[in-house]
Amino acid sequence: MTNKTVLHAKHLASGAKMVDFHGWEMPINYGSQIEEHNAVRQNAGMFDVSHMTIVDVQGTDAKSFLRRLVINDVEKLKVAGKALYTGMLNEAGGVIDDLIIYFFSDTNYRLVVNSATREKDLAWMTKQSTGFDITITERPEFGMIAVQGPQAKAKVATLLTTEQNAAVEGMKPFFGVQVGELFIATTGYTGEDGYEVIVPDTAAEDFWQKLLDAGVAPCGLGARDTLRLEAGMNLYGLDMDETVSPIAANMAWTISWEPTERDFIGREVLTAQKAAGDQPKLVGLVMEAKGVLRSHQKVVTAFGEGEITSGTFSPTLGHTVALARVPRSVKVGDIVEVEMRKKLVKVQVTKPSFVRNGKKVF
Amino acid sequence: MSNIPSELKYATSHEWVRNEGDGTVTVGITEHAQDLLGDMVFVELPDVDDEVSTGDDICVAESVKAASDIYAPVSGKVVEVNEDLEDSPELVNSDAFGDGWLFKIKLEDARELDDLLDAEGYANSIEE
Repeated sequence: MTNKTVLHAKHLASGAKMVDFHGWEMPINYGSQIEEHNAVRQNAGMFDVSHMTIVDVQGTDAKSFLRRLVINDVEKLKVAGKALYTGMLNEAGGVIDDLIIYFFSDTNYRLVVNSATREKDLAWMTKQSTGFDITITERPEFGMIAVQGPQAKAKVATLLTTEQNAAVEGMKPFFGVQVGELFIATTGYTGEDGYEVIVPDTAAEDFWQKLLDAGVAPCGLGARDTLRLEAGMNLYGLDMDETVSPIAANMAWTISWEPTERDFIGREVLTAQKAAGDQPKLVGLVMEAKGVLRSHQKVVTAFGEGEITSGTFSPTLGHTVALARVPRSVKVGDIVEVEMRKKLVKVQVTKPSFVRNGKKVF
Repeated sequence: MSNIPSELKYATSHEWVRNEGDGTVTVGITEHAQDLLGDMVFVELPDVDDEVSTGDDICVAESVKAASDIYAPVSGKVVEVNEDLEDSPELVNSDAFGDGWLFKIKLEDARELDDLLDAEGYANSIEE
């Protein structure tokens, strides 16, 4: 069965080309993926991300449950609305999913997880909740729209009430606030300024239309992928999955090792991996010559083989970029080879981040 | 349904062929093919004077989505390539049957054109 988001009709009205995305019929583009990409880098674009799964975790033990469930430590969250990015691991230290957790109080958190992993995420969370006094509530009655780009906030501001504008004024990155019927967060998946807005299904179409009228370009999953890859952000299922350690997926920064007595799932395995120092790592690859690096191409280095996890043409840079998992001894600045169409071509190793706020960053 | 001009010939591998009437043909990829591939980012063209045989992969169209081989729909010699694609590969998307042409071949044997599909045959070939 194919799911449709609350904005499905709006996509068709804008001429979207629809594709199946893990059981959801979603827009891949509205004509030109590259023009949509550029709209986000230069002005403002919006994405329907209503397929993503919102899960509220509430109750007396909400904090202690999340301190066990994920590798980052929600104890760090002290200010209402503050969010953190993290991973949820299995006992073997593999990534079940990556997610964002918003903190409202020690007994009230909101999680946003991937749609492709919805069922296993919910099953895992439910299983792990045994013994904790919490409720886990999926919130399918909301749509979600990501408005991104240097002009995104200004354009959204024209649609907000005075009260809403006051609430988001000066809001730092990685915060969210519920004001009126909207939950407005300074998060995103593009490397640009902007908001992710959670809106009740009943108001979603109207909000989307007002954004269109304000000159925000509708953007599909194609542009979403090139934007996140330029920004060096992981895509679950490509850059990491249940067989991959967060240490091998550029997610070590989301692991909170202190305090040492916090017993999060996967801790033992990660501690051993860290001590052994033998996990591969995720790096960036850049090639200025013609051609496009693609997922699953083999990488040949002086220290052994690796693999491209995500690759694309970067519209902002005008050449190809990729994320690749390679042996840990490979260094930024090294030249390695990629097997492309049966030939080995030389590429440069960079940090796994290419574009932020419209500018090259490597 | 995509646009499939009736005056052109087609290969099942989505190339179109226009008989220029002077012993040469112009070759491109169809509207349907560019739509499947998405925004074009590089086109690797053959070299002028290359001798090609029907079915040879002689050109690569690289889009945001994938790299696709393009095959010689007829045998002969490459006499011209569309150099505008070097800077503007998006012409393949915006004008697949016109400014987005790829290369021209001097036919070795004009009878080969009879082996290609007409518009109706191509339309049938892309119907699922």
